[in-house]
Amino acid sequence: MTADAITSEQATRPPRQNRPDRRRVLSPAGRKRAAGLLLLLPALIALTMFFVLPLVSIVVDSVTDPEPGLSNYAQLFTDGYTLRVLGRTLVVALVVTAAGVLLAYPYTYMMTLAGPTTRAVMVTVVLVPFWTSMLARNFAWMVLMQDGGVVQGALGLVGLGGTRLLGTTFAVTVSMTQVLLPFMVLPMYSVMQQIDRRLLLAGQSLGASRLSSFRKVYFPLSLPGVVAGASLVFVLALGFYVTPALLGSPQNALIAQVISVRTRELLDFGGGGAMGVFMLIVTLAVLAASRRLTGLGSAARVGQMGAGQAVAGQAVAGRNER
Amino acid sequence: MTTRTSDGGRIELTDLCKRYGSGPLVVDHVTIDIASGEFVTLLGPSGSGKTTTLNMIAGFTEVTAGGIRLAGRDISLLPPHRRNFGMVFQNYALFPHMTVAQNVAFPLRERKVPKAEIERRVGEVLELVDLGGLGGRRPDALSGGQQQRVALARAVVFSPSVLLLDEPLSALDRKLRQSLQQEIKRLHQELGLTFVFVTHDQDEAMALSDRVAVFNSGRIERIGSPADLYREPGTRFVARFLGESNLFDGRLRADGVYEWNGHKWAAPAADGTPEDIDLLVRPERLRIATAPDEPPPGANQAPATVTSLSFQGTHLRIELDYGGGVAGCAVVPPDAAGDGLRPGSRIIAHWDPGHQALATRN
Repeated sequence: MTADAITSEQATRPPRQNRPDRRRVLSPAGRKRAAGLLLLLPALIALTMFFVLPLVSIVVDSVTDPEPGLSNYAQLFTDGYTLRVLGRTLVVALVVTAAGVLLAYPYTYMMTLAGPTTRAVMVTVVLVPFWTSMLARNFAWMVLMQDGGVVQGALGLVGLGGTRLLGTTFAVTVSMTQVLLPFMVLPMYSVMQQIDRRLLLAGQSLGASRLSSFRKVYFPLSLPGVVAGASLVFVLALGFYVTPALLGSPQNALIAQVISVRTRELLDFGGGGAMGVFMLIVTLAVLAASRRLTGLGSAARVGQMGAGQAVAGQAVAGRNER
Repeated sequence: MTTRTSDGGRIELTDLCKRYGSGPLVVDHVTIDIASGEFVTLLGPSGSGKTTTLNMIAGFTEVTAGGIRLAGRDISLLPPHRRNFGMVFQNYALFPHMTVAQNVAFPLRERKVPKAEIERRVGEVLELVDLGGLGGRRPDALSGGQQQRVALARAVVFSPSVLLLDEPLSALDRKLRQSLQQEIKRLHQELGLTFVFVTHDQDEAMALSDRVAVFNSGRIERIGSPADLYREPGTRFVARFLGESNLFDGRLRADGVYEWNGHKWAAPAADGTPEDIDLLVRPERLRIATAPDEPPPGANQAPATVTSLSFQGTHLRIELDYGGGVAGCAVVPPDAAGDGLRPGSRIIAHWDPGHQALATRN
């Protein structure tokens, strides 16, 4: 090291004795960080024990059981059956998501326009089925959809009598759409209620018709809510078990049912694990894509997206508590 | 960028009324004839119907009765986007998902203006409001004053015949408000558009307008130039709302003498019919005397007690209590009142009868 380098280094570095002695006193920032870690600790322990370790075990099983290697994953894409189930699951999830968006968007928009009383009623209408037990709701759908049930009777009136509903993918899709609707409405609502409606007036004053103003101003601003709701519903629909198990049939099984059969009846932990890991990857990809989609907007929109996800998060938490 | 057309921006409101459901009239037979290129302010407290009137002109609020004509043509049934009015909102109402340039280009795109032309006009108008070079920013990256300038640019870029401004400055702090006032005034002069400006701030109204329409519970109480309204408010409401005054609630006698609380004052301008009417004197018209022989002959005099004094640099402000529940104030040159004044001093306020005005109570 040259003399020059030494002097310049001395000039840029603060004198050593002025630095706080970390061993004895923590700087305020350091103390804050320590407190933060302490607060995180219970959650970290719980997550590690009940989530990370089991997940690691699934991943390990998927590449070691019955023999080391990627045979379980290769099988996913070669046995034909699994791919068909995967395809069916993806289609059902997509249809449920699309139907959910189409149903929830106008409903949520009306919620933002309604007065406080009407809005409370509309929120309750969305949430009551959400609060009732998942099983109860699905049994209710079974009753409605069974042979000779209400829905079939109604179809009979339009000349479609005798159409079998129970045990079909159609029945599964319809009830999944209903069951998952709150997850669509809540994030959408949290974004929409923050949109300043005067922007629509501004659009009109600048020469846009009502419809055009809605399409060019309101709709783009509401998109983060749509993306948040849609990705949430899509991800939940991918892994849905109860509804397809009760309303579907083994011939039209979705991926969650197949995983269940593999692990509980065939004790093929490796194969089931591989499917699970694959679904996890698909889920993460969807979430990343949706984050990307809304991330293209301004910081404000990302903020709204965050709010949407927060509500969605609460919704998920509420659901998991049951 | 715009040429003033002789009559293109003339707005006539005739007996304009608005009623929500079966409630009272929130706008009650409002009639104004606004000349093309004029700057008219609708001034009033909140709930006085000024914003509703503006919203009816803009087309956002349905008209209950009466007519709105633009350049002689009835437009009261035209949807807002066909009226071709620029509008500036209190909260700016910029589109947060668009850049500044996209915001300003919005009305041009809606009008299918060719792309190159849009680019040129957006650049021009951003220069006009001093925002050249900020076109690529998002509105939330701008200060409040800059955002309002973007809103102004967006509202005039398509050369509307009329610009409507709904309390555009009320969200800004005092200093910014003043610089934007100048900006708005300059825009008005440069563009030659009709400006209809809504505010509850009397200083803004006086500083900017050719004419001010003072709204009170849905009606136009008085309309006139700021100077006229200040000099001759006509009613107690206008006197109180527009500037400060020393306002006496006495009685005008048939012989032209005004009586208040035992004092008798000359009221030469009166027409001689006895009437319960207010007499008002603006603070800068009031003189302060400390001895009874000081006021010039012919001046009206009112003894009063000084309640507080505040030195304001250019002038001295003296708060007065006349007794009988009437308080007022005088604004005098800093050295005009002598040094002996302090709170509690007894003085004589006096004024030239030609500087007082009578105002009806309502």
